[in-house]
Amino acid sequence: MSEMKKIPTRDSYGAALAEAAKDYPNLIVMDADLSCATKTEEFAKVCPERFFNAGIAEANMVCVAAGLAAAGMIPFVSSFAMFTAGRAFEQIRNSVAYPKLNVKIGATHAGISVGEDGASHQCIEDIALMRVLPNMTVLSPSDDIEARACVKAALDLDGPVYLRLGRAAVPVINGADYHFEIGKGQLLKEGKDVTIVATGLLVSICLEAAELLKNEGIDAEVINICSIKPLDEELILASAAKTGRVVTAEEHLIAGGLGGAVAEVLSAKLPTKLTRIGMEDRFGESAPAEALLEKFGFTPAAVCARVKEACR
Amino acid sequence: MNNQELRHYANEIRKSAVTAVYTAHSGHPGGSLSCVDILTYLYFEEMHIDPKNPADPDRDRFVLSKGHVTPALYGTMAHRGYFPLEELKTFRQLGTRLHGHPSMRYLPGLDMSTGSLGQGMATAVGMALAGKVQKKDYRVYTVIGDGESQEGEIWEAAMFAAAKKLDNLTVILDYNGLQIDGTIAEVNDPQPFDKKFEAFGFHVVVADGHDFDSLRAAFEEARKTKGQPTVILAKTVKGKGVSFMENQAGWHGKSPNEEQYRQAMEELERAGEANE
Repeated sequence: MSEMKKIPTRDSYGAALAEAAKDYPNLIVMDADLSCATKTEEFAKVCPERFFNAGIAEANMVCVAAGLAAAGMIPFVSSFAMFTAGRAFEQIRNSVAYPKLNVKIGATHAGISVGEDGASHQCIEDIALMRVLPNMTVLSPSDDIEARACVKAALDLDGPVYLRLGRAAVPVINGADYHFEIGKGQLLKEGKDVTIVATGLLVSICLEAAELLKNEGIDAEVINICSIKPLDEELILASAAKTGRVVTAEEHLIAGGLGGAVAEVLSAKLPTKLTRIGMEDRFGESAPAEALLEKFGFTPAAVCARVKEACR
Repeated sequence: MNNQELRHYANEIRKSAVTAVYTAHSGHPGGSLSCVDILTYLYFEEMHIDPKNPADPDRDRFVLSKGHVTPALYGTMAHRGYFPLEELKTFRQLGTRLHGHPSMRYLPGLDMSTGSLGQGMATAVGMALAGKVQKKDYRVYTVIGDGESQEGEIWEAAMFAAAKKLDNLTVILDYNGLQIDGTIAEVNDPQPFDKKFEAFGFHVVVADGHDFDSLRAAFEEARKTKGQPTVILAKTVKGKGVSFMENQAGWHGKSPNEEQYRQAMEELERAGEANE
C-alpha cells in the first residue's frame, strides 16, 4: 500500500468543517488552543465569525457547546482525545449525553500514533469512555474519505457524536464513491478462515496483514468498524458464524474498546474464539509513531502473526 | 408586578418548596429558601418568558447552575404556570418530571439539565454566545452558589464570558455563606467574590437577595451594562423564612419531620398574612 496517498484524519476533519461552513449556517466550531493541530484553523480561516477559541479550558468549552446546542446551534468542540473524552468526561456525560444535546466532539490525536509527545497525550481509553454513555454515537474513521463522511453524518444527526481522529497520516483506502452510514460496518475483504475486525488506523494495516496471510494459506475476512456505537452486530455475527474465529484490532486498550464491544456481542449471542489486538493494560511511550506501532504490534507482519496464531 | 405581589408569590413558593421536600422526604431546603426571592423576581418580573410557549426561540433563558435547589425552581415554575401546582407532589418520585436535579428532557420550560456543580454557568455562557451569533436580543440568567464557586469551571466560564463580551449574560451568586460541610470560609474560602469577578472582567453589583427594590435596581443595572457580563452578588440567608433553618448548614439537604414541617408552614402562613 506504499503507493497509496496518506492523509491524517485530523486534516480531513478540518477540511470537512471548512467545507460545511456555507451549507450549515448553525455550525459553530470551538477549539481549546490547538486549532493548528486539530486543523480547525481551516474552518476559522473561512468562517471566523463562527469559530470560538475557548483557550486551554476544555471543561468550559464542552459546556459552552451544550448551551450553544440548547439554543439551536450545531457546535463541534475540538481538542486532543485525552482532553475531551479524558479531561472533560464528566462534562460530556452530564451536560451533553444526559440532556442529549446536539454537540459533536472532534477528538484528534487519539491512540499511540500520537508518537513523540508520549503517554500523557496518547489517549487509549476514549472508545471505552465514550461508548458506555447513553445517547452517544462513537465514530472512528479509517481514512480521509471516511473521516469526511463522518463529519457530514455527525452534522446530519441530531444528538451527541464523538469523532475519534488521528495525528498520523493513514492510507486512503476508500474511493470517492464510498457511502458511510452510522451503525453500518464495511466488509472490505471477504474470507472464510478468520474474521478481522479493525477500526481507525488499524484498518489499512489489517488489509495488508490479510495479504500476508494469503501466503500462509489463511483466507481472512476484513471488516472495518467505524461506527463503534451503534455497532453493526449483524455484520460481525454473520462473519463470525462463517469463519468461527474473530480477531479485533485497534490502537486502544483491549479493555473496553472495539475488542471489548465485539467480545460483548459474541459472548452474548455467538460465543466465538476471540483474539484482541490492542494495548494490553499498559500506557504508551515517547517515540516516533512508526517505532511505537512496531513496538506494540500494530504492523501488518505483527497482525499477521497474531492472526496465524489464532487460526492454529 | 409590585413588591407586595412579588412578596406574596415568594412566600407561596417557599411553602411549596418546603412542602415538596417534606413530601419527598428528601431534597435541599436551605439553599432553596435562600434563592426563592431571586427566582421569583426573575420569573415574575425580569425575564421575557411565556409558560404557554416554553420553546420560543426568542425567550430569555434561565439555568439553575446550583441545580440541587429544585424545590425552589419547581415551586417558582408551578406558580408561574408552567405546570399544575398539584404536580409538585410528585417531586423525586417514580415517573415524575420533577427530578431531584433539573432534567430538561422531561419538563418543558427547563432550559438546561444541571446538578453537577460548575457546569450550569458554562452552559448559560454558551446560550449567551448563541444569542450573539444569532443576533437575537434574548438575555440569559444563571444562579450559581457561593460554595459552587470553588469549582474551577466557574472561573473558566467567567473568563470566557468576559473575553467574548457577553453583556446579555447575568450571573446571580446566591451568597448565603454556607455549604454542606460548614461556612464557605471554613471549607475552602472562595472569597472575595467582588474582586475576583472584577478581575475576570465582570461588572459587579451587590444586592440584598431578599429585597425586591435592591434586586430590581441590580437587574436594571445589569441590563444597562454593555460590553461585559454582570454578576449580582446577592446577599442571602440560607433557609430564609423558616426560623430554625436560617443560617444552619445542617439544613442543606435534609427534610423536616412532621413537627418541624408544621412549624415551618405556620411561620410562612404568618409571613404571608403580614404581607397582605
